[in-house]
Amino acid sequence: MINRECGVYQTTYQSDMALYPVPLARYASIGSLVVLALIPALLDSHSMALVNLITLAAIGAIGLNILVGYTGQVSLGQGAFMMVGSYAAAIATARYGVPFWLGLPLGGAVAAVVGAFFGIPSLRIKGLYLAIATLAAQFIIEWGINHSTWISGGAQSTIYIPTPTFLGWEINTEFRRYYMILPVAVIAYVAALNLVRTRVGRAFIAVRDRDVAAEIIGVSVFKYKLLAFAVSSFYAGVAGALWTYYLKIANYEHFTLVTSVQYLAMIIIGGLGSVLGSVFGAVFITLLPIVLVYVVEGLASLFGFQYAAIADFLANLRLIIFGALIILFLAIEPEGLYRLWGNVRRYFRLWPYSY
Amino acid sequence: MGFFLDLTINGLMIGSMYALVALGFVLIYKATSVVNFAQGELVMFGGYIAAALVTLYHLPLVVGVPLLLGAMVLLGFAVERGVLRPLVGRNVISVVMVTIGLAQVFQGLAAMVWGAQTINIALPIRLDPYQVGEVFISPINVVAAVISGMFLVGFVYFFRKSRMGIAMRAVANDQQAAMAVGINVRLVFAVSWAIAGLAAGIGGVVWGNMLGVDTHLALVGLKVFPAVIFGGLDSVPGAVVGGLLIGAIESVAAGYVDPYVGGGTKDFFPYVLMIVALMIRPYGFFGREIIERV
Repeated sequence: MINRECGVYQTTYQSDMALYPVPLARYASIGSLVVLALIPALLDSHSMALVNLITLAAIGAIGLNILVGYTGQVSLGQGAFMMVGSYAAAIATARYGVPFWLGLPLGGAVAAVVGAFFGIPSLRIKGLYLAIATLAAQFIIEWGINHSTWISGGAQSTIYIPTPTFLGWEINTEFRRYYMILPVAVIAYVAALNLVRTRVGRAFIAVRDRDVAAEIIGVSVFKYKLLAFAVSSFYAGVAGALWTYYLKIANYEHFTLVTSVQYLAMIIIGGLGSVLGSVFGAVFITLLPIVLVYVVEGLASLFGFQYAAIADFLANLRLIIFGALIILFLAIEPEGLYRLWGNVRRYFRLWPYSY
Repeated sequence: MGFFLDLTINGLMIGSMYALVALGFVLIYKATSVVNFAQGELVMFGGYIAAALVTLYHLPLVVGVPLLLGAMVLLGFAVERGVLRPLVGRNVISVVMVTIGLAQVFQGLAAMVWGAQTINIALPIRLDPYQVGEVFISPINVVAAVISGMFLVGFVYFFRKSRMGIAMRAVANDQQAAMAVGINVRLVFAVSWAIAGLAAGIGGVVWGNMLGVDTHLALVGLKVFPAVIFGGLDSVPGAVVGGLLIGAIESVAAGYVDPYVGGGTKDFFPYVLMIVALMIRPYGFFGREIIERV
């Protein structure tokens, strides 16, 4: 939000440390909540599906950013932890009739336990080695779920679940699903913002910046590393469970290594170590292929090609642009979209007297 | 016993190819401290170029293979120059992610230029296996083992005796000191990438012949991680031993475990081993102990 803090004087520490210290920012955040709640009134069902996908992705991205951006532990396993949450929720709902609002935290909890377990190698390794260890988590979890019929439900490792209901309402349209996802996403967002302001969040940042120094000032590095894995996996699990209730199907193919890479790309393009950046990244990566389709379709009709003829071309182009964007962002703006947004804000803060 | 030997020997031969790719990986890490997640994609690219030259343009092998190797060296140079150089000195996450991005670009590019369908590379090697006692050995495996063995020996010689090899070892040991005594560190970086490209190119041809060339060839890269972690990220002998071990172990494990769990052991077992190895010796069995204990 573009806030002007002139005339705002903090007189207590409490008000200085508030989440939104400037009144305008407070009103703006309430306003954006209202806007978010009213989005369905403005969009058709197709656009609504896109908004839902973005909101879902944002939850996972925020979780990964807590691990990678705030605690400095590279993880290539976010997709696997989402898979755990997804299957946990699907099993609970499909076999034991657990309602979705209980299935969500359940999926998160199971994923948190599994995530913390795979975080144990971080006791001895970090950086590159840890990235590769989490890559192993991705493969081991994928294999484990696929090969134990009790979890995966047999053929194609797919579990179908009934349409979720809430207080007698069937959540069966994109609009209703939006109201299922949005509260979770808002809670996830606010919780993450608050988490990084607490003792735990500061410990995370201390571990990221210099773990030896953190240890010396009394931060239990191992405990907070595992905690970061658990929190991040909890987010992943909730996101995975939401995916499952959204699609009414749990399938491992939605959460492969490609998914993990995409989430990592989200937080890098969005901005490491920034909650809002994760959301930017989620929007960007989710919309990228769709915008690309529109652009190429437009160009194709301009030059008189059939869309079907270029479908393959498009899929490959998408990969290339995805990869090239990651490289470009890292080379040119390593702090991501959040930094760009910050630049815009800074410009307008002093505008028109920018000196 | 015959079954076990069969699995082990064939596994070792596949492992020699892992060792080849792992060598490129280790080399880049040693010289430039970059973990190259695009190593498998380099192999795939090598396979594609070979397939294009030999199968699509019908060049004879004696012309095609040197062309391929030249192209791979150039590709290695280009990657170092264009993608990695701007990122020198950045943190781990950036460098990991940039090679992942590179991998995506390679995937898209290869499929875009040469199409998604599988292309075969025809090598003049006979198909039916030799039988030694109870062990069946397919000729392409032997060729693969011989070629990668030759490359490894040649590389070790180069690394120990040539001026460039000595410079590379110096840079790997201490970049600052190497720079101070007048070694061209940038050139060393570039040469490391070029040799990695070369190893990947050779891997691409042989693997392409075994499996056919398509984008799935890049999955080889994922097999390399357990191998190098096992041996140590910065150890050339470690890469060789790790590659051979992972090849043999996954083959044996797949032979004995697959019938009970319905397949897939090959893809998963090396990673379990890797996690175990990480817990016991985080720096690998041959690596330098430079990792900080947390």
